[in-house]
Amino acid sequence: MAEIILSSVSKRFGDSEAVRGLDLTIAHGEFVVLLGPTGAGKTTTLRLIAGLERADSGTIRIDGADVTALPPSARDTAFVFQQYSLYPHLSVYENLAFPLKAPGQNLSKAEIDLRVRATAKLVRIDHKLESRATRLSGGEMQRVAIGRALVRQPSIYLMDEPLSSLDAKLRADMRLELKRIQRELDATLLYVTHDQIEAMTMADRIGILKDGELVQIGTPREIYTAPRNIHVAGRLGQPSINLLPRGLIPDAGLPDAARTVGARTEHLHIEQASNGSADGTVDWIEHLGDQTHLHVIAGGRKLITLAPPDTALSSGDRVTIRYRDPLCFDGNGDRLGGGAQ
Amino acid sequence: MSLTTAHSVVAPTPLSKRIAGTIVILYALVSIVPLLWIFATSIKTPPDSIAYPPKVIFEPSAEGYCNLFTTRTRQTPEYISSLPPAANFCDEVTRKRNMVIAGPSNFLPRFVNSLVIAFGSTFCAVFLGTLAAYGFSRFKVPLADDLLFFILSTRMMPPIAVAVPIYLMYRELGLSDSALGMILLYTAVNVSLAVWLLKGFIDEIPREYEEAAMIDGYSRLQSFWRVVLPQATTGIAATAIFCLIFAWNEYAFAALLTSGTAQTAPPFIPTIIGEGGQDWPAVAAGTTIFLIPILVFTVLLRKQLLRGITFGAVRK
Repeated sequence: MAEIILSSVSKRFGDSEAVRGLDLTIAHGEFVVLLGPTGAGKTTTLRLIAGLERADSGTIRIDGADVTALPPSARDTAFVFQQYSLYPHLSVYENLAFPLKAPGQNLSKAEIDLRVRATAKLVRIDHKLESRATRLSGGEMQRVAIGRALVRQPSIYLMDEPLSSLDAKLRADMRLELKRIQRELDATLLYVTHDQIEAMTMADRIGILKDGELVQIGTPREIYTAPRNIHVAGRLGQPSINLLPRGLIPDAGLPDAARTVGARTEHLHIEQASNGSADGTVDWIEHLGDQTHLHVIAGGRKLITLAPPDTALSSGDRVTIRYRDPLCFDGNGDRLGGGAQ
Repeated sequence: MSLTTAHSVVAPTPLSKRIAGTIVILYALVSIVPLLWIFATSIKTPPDSIAYPPKVIFEPSAEGYCNLFTTRTRQTPEYISSLPPAANFCDEVTRKRNMVIAGPSNFLPRFVNSLVIAFGSTFCAVFLGTLAAYGFSRFKVPLADDLLFFILSTRMMPPIAVAVPIYLMYRELGLSDSALGMILLYTAVNVSLAVWLLKGFIDEIPREYEEAAMIDGYSRLQSFWRVVLPQATTGIAATAIFCLIFAWNEYAFAALLTSGTAQTAPPFIPTIIGEGGQDWPAVAAGTTIFLIPILVFTVLLRKQLLRGITFGAVRK
């Protein structure tokens, strides 16, 4: 069993507070993704758990043991870095064997060989074991990096944007592979990213970080359908949520306290205006291939929603817009009703 | 701009290649001629070496090398003719000049001194420099900038300004004319260069490698040894060459602080000329041999040296 419990962990670097009073519990076998913009404290959180940074206050427990003051080598974690992940002077095989040769491992040569080859197969790099680490493609390097994390079978895996340096196609493949590997090993995995697709597709739970604080944590579904506030709502959804002031388009029936209306594609009903009473004008239609974005100007504000690829609308058309059960936020940006506290 | 003009900026034309080649060859000639001249002088006979106009075509002779490695005494022709036949080439040429070989010269021990002191001090400077550079590069050292400046400032004083105090200190400490004293002195001078050079190289090695190793179960020292050092070899090699060249060529301190047992080759070579007239071939022979170690070392490590000069700008 490997469970991580952070309680009121804080860390500052000079004047800036990277992590502020963070409470986070990750259960055994859980895949948790921390999502947030650059500087939100995601990487610092990972480094605190790994022991690469010392917490200023608070405690970190792994498997019930207080590891707050332990050095990285005593914590039994594995870390996949965003880049520079392989030892450039070693071959793929030696890179994978490196953690197994660490002092205190006491593995026989045969045992190391067995585990290196098994891991290489798992991350599908077994055909390049003798290559120099620097001779691999980006995807291969990252697979080896993930393999090096897996080979030691640590109690927890920490991954810091491991896929961000890969191209889109490879990233999609690796997302599936990572999820498969995590399920196969029943591993506890904390994963940091700013890519909402990675978060949505892989996570059991997503934690949204902002300015060093955990704003909300929940299943991808919860975060998407019931964001606690405007910031969380803005993290997920493509195209991103339209945040509109009250009264911009007819909004009878929304709660009185609502100051801002958050409308994603599924919250908007748009059709060609029939008898002169229009709410907006189609600005242009953007064909992205797999998606079609409809840009509508309403009351001087721009709305972006998805449209079916065969939409009859065209630029300049006047349209009526109606809300369908949108998200409502009060003056502080907190969502009304539901999970908001 | 058309594609061809854009291309011509990058790819050299045959003409520009030829001009560049000519310039390089001319420059190489200017640089190499003095070395060739020294080598040529070393294989001339003493009369040829001072002939005017200088002889470009001459009969080579190893007399200079014989004279370099031996000391000789003048004898009467009668005594020389009474000796048994010359055993080797050196005996023969010496007798032609009415002299006999009295024994080996001090060149070999002085040359060995140079090797011991130069390589010893280079090893110490690079060893200490690597550790210090790693510390400055990776840890929050209080007053790091001031300390680094202080380290550099030890290089700012011209040697001659500190020569007398060092001479007095060395006399008190019993370090005068000792190999240990010279190793310490050259280490002290070189360590500042080593720290600065190596810090640049180690700064370029991403911390992630060590952090990965530490998470993989290695201590910091083990990570340093297993991960940082192998990647710093280029920088270490370049730094070693710079330190070695300094220690090998250093003359001022060596002339002042060594006179006998610990004397290095640079102050010794000029003294050769005093023994038995103006023996330029012997001096040139000493210089030629003196050049060889640095030449070999530099050729062996030329790739690292090139990268060292560009300060790691050429990666991979």
